[in-house]
Amino acid sequence: MAEAHAEQPAPIQLLDADGKLSHHPVYSTYIEQLDDAALRDLYRHMALERRFDAEATSLQRQGQLALWAPAQGQEAAQVGTIAALKPTDRVFPTYREHAMALYRGISAEELMATFRAVRHTGWDPNAYNFNNYAIVLASQTLHAAGWAMGINQDLRSGNLPRDKAADEIVLACLGDGASSQGDVHESMVFAASYQLPMLYFIQNNHWAISVPTSTQSPSPLANRATGYGFEGLRVDGNDVLASYAVAKHTAEQLRNGQGPKLIESVTYRMGAHTTADDPTKYRPSEEVEHWADRDPLTRYKTWLENESKATEEFFEQVEQEAAELAAELREAVQTMEPIDIERVFDTVYTEPHRQVQAEKAWLKDYEAGFAEEETS
Amino acid sequence: MTAETTTAPAQDSSTVTTMPLAKAINAALRDELAADAKTLLIGEDIGALGGVFRVTDGLQSEFGTDRVIDSPLAESGIIGTSIGMAMRGYRPVAEIQFDGFVFPSYNQITTQLAKIHNRTDGAVTVPVTIRIPYGGHIGSIEHHSESPEALFAHTAGLRIITPSNPHDAYWMTRQAIVSDDPVIILEPKRRYWLKGEVDTANPAPDAFTAQVLREGTDATIATYGPLVPVALAAAEVAAENGRSLEVIDVRSISPLDDETIARSAAKTQHLVVAHEAPTFGGFGAEIAARVTERAYPRLQAPVLRVGGFHMPYPPSAQEHRYLPDIDRMLEAVERSFAYQRASV
Repeated sequence: MAEAHAEQPAPIQLLDADGKLSHHPVYSTYIEQLDDAALRDLYRHMALERRFDAEATSLQRQGQLALWAPAQGQEAAQVGTIAALKPTDRVFPTYREHAMALYRGISAEELMATFRAVRHTGWDPNAYNFNNYAIVLASQTLHAAGWAMGINQDLRSGNLPRDKAADEIVLACLGDGASSQGDVHESMVFAASYQLPMLYFIQNNHWAISVPTSTQSPSPLANRATGYGFEGLRVDGNDVLASYAVAKHTAEQLRNGQGPKLIESVTYRMGAHTTADDPTKYRPSEEVEHWADRDPLTRYKTWLENESKATEEFFEQVEQEAAELAAELREAVQTMEPIDIERVFDTVYTEPHRQVQAEKAWLKDYEAGFAEEETS
Repeated sequence: MTAETTTAPAQDSSTVTTMPLAKAINAALRDELAADAKTLLIGEDIGALGGVFRVTDGLQSEFGTDRVIDSPLAESGIIGTSIGMAMRGYRPVAEIQFDGFVFPSYNQITTQLAKIHNRTDGAVTVPVTIRIPYGGHIGSIEHHSESPEALFAHTAGLRIITPSNPHDAYWMTRQAIVSDDPVIILEPKRRYWLKGEVDTANPAPDAFTAQVLREGTDATIATYGPLVPVALAAAEVAAENGRSLEVIDVRSISPLDDETIARSAAKTQHLVVAHEAPTFGGFGAEIAARVTERAYPRLQAPVLRVGGFHMPYPPSAQEHRYLPDIDRMLEAVERSFAYQRASV
């Protein structure tokens, strides 16, 4: 891992691992424009996600969730990026964008329906402008391109169906593993051909389950953009300020018609791929320790404290709020009701389908037979 | 819907035009593009060229490059972006150039398009129509003659239809586009030049039903798409030999109007199902099983299947020995009668 890093250009960084802020001619402006409350809010969202994630992992260990995909370590990458977007910008996530989902207001109950397997998805994507999690990875990058084609179509027809859509952009999330999928290639081809307002956001967390990024690509993933004819940037994904500033600057360029673009966010998955996996089997503990020293929350907290942007009282409040969110999560998971299979029948098609109707009726009769036996 | 109905259009109107099947689809696309600004066409070579079969001829010059979109050569991209546009409220009609080229998009069709409405508990509809020229008998090279209907029929969430004549092609295409479900239209490419009357004022029966095209009393042939004219010709030959065959155009693969087929089979007591696709694991097996369940006491013989062999589609120099024809359909009918003779 160390060798691979030596060959690759250093990611854009504003805040180093010790919490020291450096100046950048382009990106620092975006940080200077944030007031203290906004700066604190970035920390708050990261801390909420970290607590949420830990609670979910523990719930899975206790048998309360079918699966959980931890995002610990990726909080800055996700919070910094989503904070740079407008609510009208559509997000197409993978299945690990929990910090982004929470940021957009998706509730613990809505987010966890998938992982408790009581519903395939728990939220209406149009309510949050946040698509449902994609489990067949990379499929979402083409849906994102189609959505962006729709934006261009709306602009050409001058018939915007959505509020303030004129400067909408699309965030297409993917990871280092999914970057190898053919759908990502096709998506980038479409995005380049039709000059779509799309931001590809690759969280390179170094591991696709047990396979390192070097197997997906010996060269930085950001370099791929050049081949399609658009710009690719590398950012320190554990630096929330760089993540915010680079995403904000890039989003502005996209709003001015300079799309598409790609950001490779270099970060690290501190936990397992999912709770079904054992990372000690494939990665050395020294590597995990290396990244633990670059923790996104620790360095940002240090900076906020050193710059007197936040008081001890603020951090206590965040901790309290995080504990409440964890309690809400635990309560939601233990009380959520599964979807009824009759409802599953009803949504296979929008209009009646004779085989589905017949099978639904058959199951009802069949189960009613057992009910009669029980009562007789 | 009933056995008495046929698809013959009324002829008392100036809205009746004789045209080839490909032109009928072209007219349907034009009328839907005109009817709804949200309807878009996307595919390879569908613009300036008008498609390799000229099905979209003239539509880009009439509706513009924004609504008749020449896509990159990427089938998964065509379907995946159609899904994204549909999520945003558009009604994309995607063309896959040939049956054998649908497979790069198979993942998007089966894991995404088919499931999104169900996955989101009805919150998101994806009204994407996919047009696929299918079937053989055009003397082409590999990957240009396949019949993949069974591979899609097994996926819940898709509707799959296949017209066999110009009037149906016009109306079934329009019904597919306005449906809020994903619909795959399998277009019988060897019948693109088949001429027939299209009445644009007199809708064809519901696209998702089977139709009895010829009434008979001795045996039923149920088939669809490119083999419908073959079955009708087989019935003519049989009639000359004193056999009265009923011919059913299945029209819709999913949903399957098994009721109409079973009703006919119960009447004639003999059913032969024919399709170009291989019989092994094929859609004819589904029809056979369902009709047997519904009409078992009335059947004088097992439902017999006529279809392709369990091999990759052969080089077209040999396709005449692979594809079901009149003789193979009649051979199956005679085999069905043989069961009856053996049982008495």
